[in-house]
Amino acid sequence: MIEATLCLPRGAFTLDVALQLPTDGVSALFGPSGCGKTTLLRCLAGLEHAPGGRVVVDGQAWQHGATFVPVHRRAVGVVFQEASLFEHLDVRANVAFGWKRLAPAERRIPLDDAIAWTGIEPLLQRATTGLSGGERQRVAIARALAVSPRLLLMDEPLAALDAARKAEILPAIERLHTLSGIAIVYVSHAIAEVARLADHVVLMEAGRAVASGPVGELLSRLDLPLPPGEDAGVVLQGVVGALDAAFHLARLDVPGAAFWTRDPALPVGHRIRLRVLARDVSLSLAAQPGSSIVNQIPASVEAIADDTHPSQVLVRLRTHAGGSALLARVTRRSAQALALAPGTAVWAMVKSVALLD
Amino acid sequence: MDADWSADLQAVALTLKLASVVTLLLLVLGTPLAWWLAHTRSRWKAPLSALVALPLVLPPTVLGFYLLMLMGPHGLVGQATQALGIGLLPFTFTGLAIASMLYSMPFVVQPIQTAFEAIGARPLEAAATLRAGPWERFAHVALPLARRGVLTAAVLGFAHTVGEFGVVLMIGGNIPGATRVISTQLYSHVEALEYPAAHRLAALLLAFSFAVLLWVYRLRPRGALLAAGTPTA
Repeated sequence: MIEATLCLPRGAFTLDVALQLPTDGVSALFGPSGCGKTTLLRCLAGLEHAPGGRVVVDGQAWQHGATFVPVHRRAVGVVFQEASLFEHLDVRANVAFGWKRLAPAERRIPLDDAIAWTGIEPLLQRATTGLSGGERQRVAIARALAVSPRLLLMDEPLAALDAARKAEILPAIERLHTLSGIAIVYVSHAIAEVARLADHVVLMEAGRAVASGPVGELLSRLDLPLPPGEDAGVVLQGVVGALDAAFHLARLDVPGAAFWTRDPALPVGHRIRLRVLARDVSLSLAAQPGSSIVNQIPASVEAIADDTHPSQVLVRLRTHAGGSALLARVTRRSAQALALAPGTAVWAMVKSVALLD
Repeated sequence: MDADWSADLQAVALTLKLASVVTLLLLVLGTPLAWWLAHTRSRWKAPLSALVALPLVLPPTVLGFYLLMLMGPHGLVGQATQALGIGLLPFTFTGLAIASMLYSMPFVVQPIQTAFEAIGARPLEAAATLRAGPWERFAHVALPLARRGVLTAAVLGFAHTVGEFGVVLMIGGNIPGATRVISTQLYSHVEALEYPAAHRLAALLLAFSFAVLLWVYRLRPRGALLAAGTPTA
């Protein structure tokens, strides 16, 4: 458990949060630029000092009352937006910089593991100056992992990279928590990264945490200032439930629903994460046996809210048997024609789902 | 002629000794000062920066005059040194070294300060998150990253001390073996109308100074001395 109570005036806004984050997963601090998420991260690291604040990680007080543990005595790893490698050292010396300062008993993550998880073996003898942006960031991640932190803080580590580099490094970040077991707090303003990486989301706005919760629930809420438009959608977590070898399809089971999708070549039982965008979900009052849409899921309406364009509304659904939340985007006219209201039983017609991992 | 040669060599040797001592002490004392100036938000930063930079614009004779007053028998420093049994500093090698340090200080402090400032906060923050304490951040990150600035500072501090004249005359006089350096020896040659001997020393200083600056510019292919934060005078 990470507990943080922090208040720090910062020019345009005042960071003012009281948070509890789980340590068994990836927590995303999500919000627009300038909402204070980086300041919050820096307070957790000890790079900023919010007087009177409180930061407790797994029962260890990093900041409490008169106690303020300096950065270099905190079991923290930080990955900045720019890799910030030491230019006077080669890649291996960069990765070993913090590791060699640990007492041998503190080295819970072997140096070789940090190197292997980030795939930087081929770079070890190189100078830092010749590396690509993606390579630099992977070295920075390995360097932070090698200090065996209790908490790994990542401040928009992909923001400075182009799409190709992002695609190269995202899978490495995804695996990190599973491989290392280290709690990760990930700062981002990109909903796609949050959907893909986060288990827990803190939505921030103007220095305050306006909502905090599991990714599936939080992204389906209609009462939050989430990014509207094309990105509206939910994240569902589940497992591969069955395979249909004849048609190259796989059934992905999430609480209260199952989706048939293109076979991702994963074994049955493999944990997966799905993204279902509101624009890919339409509604019907009855199942449509004559439709080519295979994913027809019974659900009931929980809430209806305005979308960005006045012609459309967003409908929040709950699949039967207390299952998962879904979002659907329909026209206001359809909502009226179907007489949609909280409690209405509907069928969610899901045209496509995106498998995130 | 032989006497001339040996007097010249003595002046060259003394100059090198003075410049080495001054450069070494300035690196030791100037690096912490440059670090402080690069990182402080104190209101003393501006006055202290101006004080350090003063020798850039002040006629050396002004600096020399005040130092002479200060270190003389009626000056504060002079009375202190006398009370401590050290005697008076003007017209000694020690007095000359102290004066030279003040005179060459901006040439050492400013390149190092600029180099520290160019590093920025980020590498030091990264080092802190990698378990490096304040001293380790300075010694293993800041100093290695600022090494070009330190090298430039050492070379310019040395060269500038070799080239000084006004302060030497005021504080050191022109005592063979104690305070007679190349520039004052050259002055003596000219006063005695020994032009060939004067040519020899003048050419030596010219070649030395050019070589030093050539080396500095090679080290920094981009940008001028001034852009690199190095003072010109």
